[in-house]
Amino acid sequence: MIHSPLLTTPLFHAGPIPVTAPVVTTWAIMAILVIGAALATRRLSLTPSKFQTVLELLVTTIDAQILDTMQTEPQKYRSLIGTLFLFILISNCSSLIPNVEPPTAHIETDAALALVVFCATIFYGIRTRGVLRYLATFAEPTWIMIPLNVVEQITRTFSLTVRLFGNVMSGVFVVGIVLSLAGLLVPIPLMALDLLTGAVQAYIFTVLAMVFIGAALADSSSSDKPTIRQGTP
Amino acid sequence: MTNLIQAISILAAAIAVSFGAIGPALGEGRAVAAAMDAIARQPESAGTISRTLFVGLAMIETMAIYCLVIALLVLFANPFVK
Repeated sequence: MIHSPLLTTPLFHAGPIPVTAPVVTTWAIMAILVIGAALATRRLSLTPSKFQTVLELLVTTIDAQILDTMQTEPQKYRSLIGTLFLFILISNCSSLIPNVEPPTAHIETDAALALVVFCATIFYGIRTRGVLRYLATFAEPTWIMIPLNVVEQITRTFSLTVRLFGNVMSGVFVVGIVLSLAGLLVPIPLMALDLLTGAVQAYIFTVLAMVFIGAALADSSSSDKPTIRQGTP
Repeated sequence: MTNLIQAISILAAAIAVSFGAIGPALGEGRAVAAAMDAIARQPESAGTISRTLFVGLAMIETMAIYCLVIALLVLFANPFVK
């Protein structure tokens, strides 16, 4: 069944609020993440079990990525970045379960995620620099650039939204079209390709979130970074 | 009249996707070729290069995705077809 990817129809009404399928899937994924994390961290030991080793590997990898991209201590940003990555990864993979559409294939979920990144950029920028010095970064090369910098903040949030939405939705859409044209079991290679695209898009979304937050944090430290880089070769 | 608008909309969606894919495809090809070259010259910096490559490819790919979104808007959310 191929319907418009921009439309969502409510499943049921919780009081006055219409509840759609992506919302239900989102809450299910959130519950899985929260309960899974609570269960996984309940019995931590110094001689880790297999499961704890996998978790530690995951956290260490995310930490290394944050350290590489943002050049700061990963401690403060681990929860936001890690949650974004895991949530997008799991929701992109959730199309494997029959009858479930990934919530990221609807533009509202992606807009909410991008809005979180947008607010986090402003929040961390103000927290590390102070309000006035953060606002001063908008006039960074010269004051003529102020409108362009403001527009850039909005367009890059919009492009985060549209990139994730376009990639995931087009995957779901193509699987639907091939299924209706060719029949059962034919779209399996396309679904495998979707898994790869989903993982890459989750990675790209988080890397871009890190780049945006990192850019809001530290222009003062970036002035001494190139001298280090020039020294190494 | 509505039939004509629908036919033109489908044609416009096809043109938007096909021509919108040309530029990003050429750009991504150049970017990947340059990254391969760089990795072949300096295999030890492969990690940094591939991370930057992924982010860059995502940026380039966005242009094609914009065209796809325009095509979908024309097909499914066309304001002139009622």
